[in-house]
Amino acid sequence: MTQTPILDVKALRVEFPGRHGTVTALADVSFSIQPGEILGVVGESGAGKSMAGLAVQGLLEPPGRVSGGEVRLDGRRIDTLTDGEMEKVRGKEIGAIFQDPLTSLNPLFSVGQQLVETIRLHLGLDRKTARARAIALLTEVGIPAPDVRVDHYPHQFSGGMRQRVVIALALAARPKLIIADEPTTALDVSIQAQITALLRKLCDDHGTAVMLVTHDMGVIAETADRVAVMYAGRLVEVGPVAEVIANPQHPYTAGLMGSIPALGARVPMLTQIDGSMPRLDAIPAGCAFNPRCPKVMDRCRVERPELMPSGSGQSACWLKAMETTP
Amino acid sequence: MLVFIIKRLLNAVMVMLVVAFLAFLIFRVAGDPVELMVNEMSTQDDRDRLRESLGLNDSFITQYVRFVVNAAQGNFGISFRNGQEVLGLIAERFPATMELVLVATILSLLIGVPLGVLTAIHRGRWHSETLQFLSIVGVSLPSFVVGILLILVFSVTLGIMPAFGRGEVVQLGWWSTGLLTHSGRIALVLPAISLSLYQITLIMRLVRAEMMEVMRSDFIKFARARGVPRWRIQFRHALKNCLMPVITMTAMNVGALIAFALITETVFQWPGMGMLFIQAVTFIDIPVMSAYLCIISFIFVVLNTIVDITYALIDPRLRNATR
Repeated sequence: MTQTPILDVKALRVEFPGRHGTVTALADVSFSIQPGEILGVVGESGAGKSMAGLAVQGLLEPPGRVSGGEVRLDGRRIDTLTDGEMEKVRGKEIGAIFQDPLTSLNPLFSVGQQLVETIRLHLGLDRKTARARAIALLTEVGIPAPDVRVDHYPHQFSGGMRQRVVIALALAARPKLIIADEPTTALDVSIQAQITALLRKLCDDHGTAVMLVTHDMGVIAETADRVAVMYAGRLVEVGPVAEVIANPQHPYTAGLMGSIPALGARVPMLTQIDGSMPRLDAIPAGCAFNPRCPKVMDRCRVERPELMPSGSGQSACWLKAMETTP
Repeated sequence: MLVFIIKRLLNAVMVMLVVAFLAFLIFRVAGDPVELMVNEMSTQDDRDRLRESLGLNDSFITQYVRFVVNAAQGNFGISFRNGQEVLGLIAERFPATMELVLVATILSLLIGVPLGVLTAIHRGRWHSETLQFLSIVGVSLPSFVVGILLILVFSVTLGIMPAFGRGEVVQLGWWSTGLLTHSGRIALVLPAISLSLYQITLIMRLVRAEMMEVMRSDFIKFARARGVPRWRIQFRHALKNCLMPVITMTAMNVGALIAFALITETVFQWPGMGMLFIQAVTFIDIPVMSAYLCIISFIFVVLNTIVDITYALIDPRLRNATR
C-alpha cells in the first residue's frame, strides 16, 4: 500500500457529554480506504458504525463531538475544519447515501432542482450546463427517460429509483469518497442487488472509495473488498472480505458468520450469540465482548486487546495474540 | 389541476348557498319585516300592499331563490334605518376595513415568519427565549387593551399619532384609499399594529414549532451531507416545508381579523364594516346584518379556495393526488 489512502482515520474518538457524565460512543477507531476500494463496516445496531460515518462527515448531532484522533481525506486533515469549511467538503469531496430513500429527498423540490442545486454549489456551473449534467447523472445511475424524469418530484419515483436519485446526488460533484449508510436496508431484495451492483460499478469506473455501512453481511460479501467489524464502539476485526468470511479471527465475527443462513447448505440450526451488546455507558472492563465470548480467558476480563495483525488482517483478541506470539 | 380547481369552486358555491340560506332565515325568524317597516298610522291595506310588493306571500322556496339571485347580483335590499342601498353602504365601508386587515396581515407575516425562524434556529439562546416569553404576553393581551395602550402612549402622551379616524382618503373609483396620503398612512399605523400583534405572535410560534420539526427530518440532514450551506437549508429547504400551515392559518385569520377589526375599529373609531355592523345591530337593521354575514362568509370561502389552490402550487404531491 504505497498510495495515499483516500480516507485515513486514526484513533478516532467520539464522545457525548451528558448529565450523567460523558458517554464514549467511538474509541480508538482506525481504518483506511484506498482509491477504488469498498470498505464494508458491519456490526449490530448501536455498535457505532453509522456514528463513524457521520463523524467523518462532521455531521454529529450536538452535543456529540470528535474528541480525539484524526481524519484525513486524501492526505488533508478534515476533522479540525470549521462547519463552514466542511460545507465545501461535504457533497464535493465526500458524497453521502442515506438509509431511507423515501425521506432523504426534499418532497417539495423536483429531483432536477436538488441535483442542480448540488452541482452548482460545488462546481459553480451555469444553470443550463448543470441541468445537462443532472440528466447525465440520472442516465449513469440507470434511470430510464432521464430528460423527462429530471423534472419529476420524489414522490413520483419508486423506492429503488429514489435510491438511484440519491446516488446520483452523492455523485453530483464526483467525490473521492462516498459514505453509504445502510443504502439497501430499506429496499427489497431484488432492488438491493441492483443498487449494490451499481455502487460496485461506479466505484470501479471512477476509482471512488466507498465506506459501506451496513448490518447485512450478505451485502458486504457481494460488494466490499475489505470489511471492518465493529462492536460497542470499537473495531474488533479488519480484513479482506473473503478471508474474514472463510476464516474469522475474532470470536464475535465468528458468531456473526455463524448466524447467517447459507443458501443450499444444510445447517440444522443457526447459531446465535447469547446476550446483547452492552450499553455504551456500561461497557465491561477488559474486552467489551468478554461476557458473551465462548472462548473467554482471565486476561480478557482485565486487559483490553488492541487491533493486532492476525491471519491476513487484524483483530482485537488475546486469543490471536497468543497464537502469533507464542 | 383543472379538475381540482373546479371541484374546489363547486364546493365553495355549495357553502355560499348554505350561508345564504342562514342569512335568509334571519329575515324569517327576526320578526315580521312588514311590522318593522311600517309606522303606526298605516292601515291593514297598506300592510297588505307592502307584503305583496315585498313578495312575502310567495312560497318559502321562491323567496329563498329570489334572495339568492338578488344577493348574487349584489342586491341585498334597502337598509331599514336610512333607506339606502345596503350594498352601497357596505361598499363605502369595505375599503377601510380591507386596508386595515391587509396591512395588519402583511405586517404579521413580515415580522412573524422571520422571528419564528430565528427563535427556532437560535433555540436556547437568551434573545430567542426572550422573544418566546414576549410572545406569550402578545397572545394573552386582548386587542382592545393593546389599542387603548397604544393610543395612551403615542397619541395622548407623545402626541405623535392620531388617536382616531382614517385621515385623508383618496377616491380610486369606488375604492377609497388612505394609503396614498400622508395623514392616511399615519392614521393606519396604530390600528394595524394593535390588530397584528396577536397574529405576529401566533405566526411566530407556529413557524418556530414547524421549523423545529422539519429541521429534524432526514432530508435536512441529507441536504447538509450534500454540502448545502446552513442558511440555505434553513430559509429554502426547511422554510418551504413549514409554509403550508402558515398559509392556512394566515388565510383563515384574515377572516378572523375582519371579525377582530370590529373591536379595533371601535377603539380607533375607524370607519369600516365593523362599525357599520355594530350600528346595524343596535338598530336591528336586518338587511345590513344579513348582507354583512354573506359578504364576510364570501371572503372566508374565497380565501379557503385560494388556500387550497396554493397548497397544490406549493406541494407537488397534492397536484396528482386529486385526479
